[in-house]
Amino acid sequence: MRYTLAVLVENKPGVLARVAGLFARRGYNIDSLAVGVTDNPEISRMTIVVRGDEKVIEQVIKQLNKLVDVIKISMLSEKESVERSLALFKVSADSKTRPTIMQIVDIFRAKIIDVGSKSLIIEITGDEDKINAMERLLRSYGILEVCRTGKIAMNRGLKSVSYEK
Amino acid sequence: MNMPDIMTGAEAVVESLRREGIEIVFGYPGGAVLPLYDVLYESDIRHILVRHEQGAAHAADGYARATGKVGVCIATSGPGATNLVTGIATAYMDSVPIVALTGQVPRVLIGNDAFQEADICGITMPITKHNYLVKDEQELPRIMKEAFYIASTGRPGPVLIDLPKDVQTEEIEFDYPKEIVMRGYKPKVKGNEQQIKRAALTILESERPVIYAGGGVIISNASEELRMLAEKIMAPVTASLMGTGAFPDEHPLSLGMLGMHGTRYANYAIQQSDLIIAIGTRFDDRATGKVDAFAPEAKIIHIDVDPAEIGKNVRVDIPIVGDCKQVLQSLLKYIDRACNSEVWLRKVEEWKKEYPLTYTYSESVIKPQYVVEEIYRACKDAIIVTEVGQNQMWARQFFRYKDPRTFISSGGLGTMGYGFPASIGAKLGRPDKVVFDIAGDGSFLMNSQELATAVSNDVPVIVAILNNGYLGMVRQWQELFFCRRYSHTCLEGSVDFVKLAESYGALGLRAERPSEVRGVIEEALRANMPTVIDFICDPEENVMPMVPAGAAINEFVEVRNKSENKLLVGAVA
Repeated sequence: MRYTLAVLVENKPGVLARVAGLFARRGYNIDSLAVGVTDNPEISRMTIVVRGDEKVIEQVIKQLNKLVDVIKISMLSEKESVERSLALFKVSADSKTRPTIMQIVDIFRAKIIDVGSKSLIIEITGDEDKINAMERLLRSYGILEVCRTGKIAMNRGLKSVSYEK
Repeated sequence: MNMPDIMTGAEAVVESLRREGIEIVFGYPGGAVLPLYDVLYESDIRHILVRHEQGAAHAADGYARATGKVGVCIATSGPGATNLVTGIATAYMDSVPIVALTGQVPRVLIGNDAFQEADICGITMPITKHNYLVKDEQELPRIMKEAFYIASTGRPGPVLIDLPKDVQTEEIEFDYPKEIVMRGYKPKVKGNEQQIKRAALTILESERPVIYAGGGVIISNASEELRMLAEKIMAPVTASLMGTGAFPDEHPLSLGMLGMHGTRYANYAIQQSDLIIAIGTRFDDRATGKVDAFAPEAKIIHIDVDPAEIGKNVRVDIPIVGDCKQVLQSLLKYIDRACNSEVWLRKVEEWKKEYPLTYTYSESVIKPQYVVEEIYRACKDAIIVTEVGQNQMWARQFFRYKDPRTFISSGGLGTMGYGFPASIGAKLGRPDKVVFDIAGDGSFLMNSQELATAVSNDVPVIVAILNNGYLGMVRQWQELFFCRRYSHTCLEGSVDFVKLAESYGALGLRAERPSEVRGVIEEALRANMPTVIDFICDPEENVMPMVPAGAAINEFVEVRNKSENKLLVGAVA
């Protein structure tokens, strides 16, 4: 099973190392990790996707909670939350293939952010499935380079992951 | 409003130590802590100069375990700091509150592979409860305050503060915080009342209860509450190695230690119980044996201050997160009668009669167990510190502990060389007590240089070396599991411990026959100075009973015929 955790941490140097080190030494598997500052500049938010059974995820949460720099942890359910990640694809494209690639870009509501004589860079955001689907379609045109972010996620509705004193 | 004091970073560190009530620190100077040592030169804080930084960490740890206060150790950057690592890991595994102060190269040089630079925060990240690299000298008072708070509260543990040399010399406005706010650190001390009620009901329904106490009982000073609970519900009490002293060994309800070298009756009781009340313990593999076969018929109540320990190793029916003392106090309110445990207690009593801890006394060769018994006879309320291995197990099995903080041992990490420096720390913390380090000839050599520390600071600890000429526990495993192939475990003839002691100015004594044991112990006690006693012991004595690694804790090793080296493992009772 994959679980998505939203983790609020102190925005201090070394915190990422503490979190990553914990996963490494206790043998937990991270699928992806994304970090960014929150509306409070002292607090960062990590979105961590962990693979494991229920017992593992319970230990992950408890061990993370023991880190002094970890402020709050919430588990996000797939149904009750939205998730996004971003990817950049550099695809080879000449005058013949460019129109069909642009069609694919349109269908996926992605963007072309760089055009060269023999290549394009496409930016796409979405959930993992959407990005994977786009990658599959682009493969036949020749993907030159891929760069993907870890996923970020947020609860739907009013329920929020925030720190109250 | 008082104007804040202006002082250097180094002065701020020492002033913070004073505010925390620190009277003694253990350390070893070097380039990157020169400013700090310059302030200590005129301070009223007593500094004990060790002879190796590892000794400083262990001494601070022994001091902390003996007193319940925070131990402090200091080392310079690079090799000084890395020499603390084993000591910090030892404290981490056994939840001991120590604060380690390390020097660091000046801030501009950090990351440049400067002379004596080591990333000690990175290195100690997995073995500290928290650590700090001080990058802004103005933050020193807050960091010092937080460090002591984190080290000593919740589940205690080591905290390291890395102090760049220039941070020590910069001037700061010193304003020691009265309280601290840490969003991410709020230990839960009060147990959930509903869970406690549920636990009480379950306890009163049980017929074969066993209390399994750990080091947490000692850390939270809950021995009295533990005794009240045991006597009120009439449940036998076993303890992990770390729980030694939490419950008096001579108490009729005591089962002694459980696990790999625990008593047979403790292990049988665990395996046949219908309820385990685990208090301040983490179900270590040395205690539980094969975890799937542990207490198969029992419900488990687990009380611990660290939520991450609950459900980590065994399934728990009723978890209670909180400080042992507070939880036990609440629990006792709901207990108004004993369990229906009379039949059970009779059974346990039979086991105790049938399978006592025992050894075969010899007139000709000193049995190590006999040495421990004689130390007990001579000084029943001593603090016993141990090294690691056979000496540690015999020190646990054959001394009768009655008070918490009188058995000090590296349980989790199993650090050879821990005992002697820790005994120096313990003696400095409890000068009123006689302190023995029960040692092996292997372990003692790992930090024997601290004899200089003991002598120059006049710390009268007694090292009792159970000298069998072997790395005894490893040799025992080789005997039992590797066909007596004693690969590199023989240490015979390597050191004359009497001369070694004398060369440091300590007293060296030796006993070669059982008849001499009592005399040398008494002589050591009379001498009241750092003393090493070399007990020449039976080289092939084994620690028994023994459960092999990975077996259920009622599956003991049965050595039937030593010469044929036959090993039988089987479940009994």
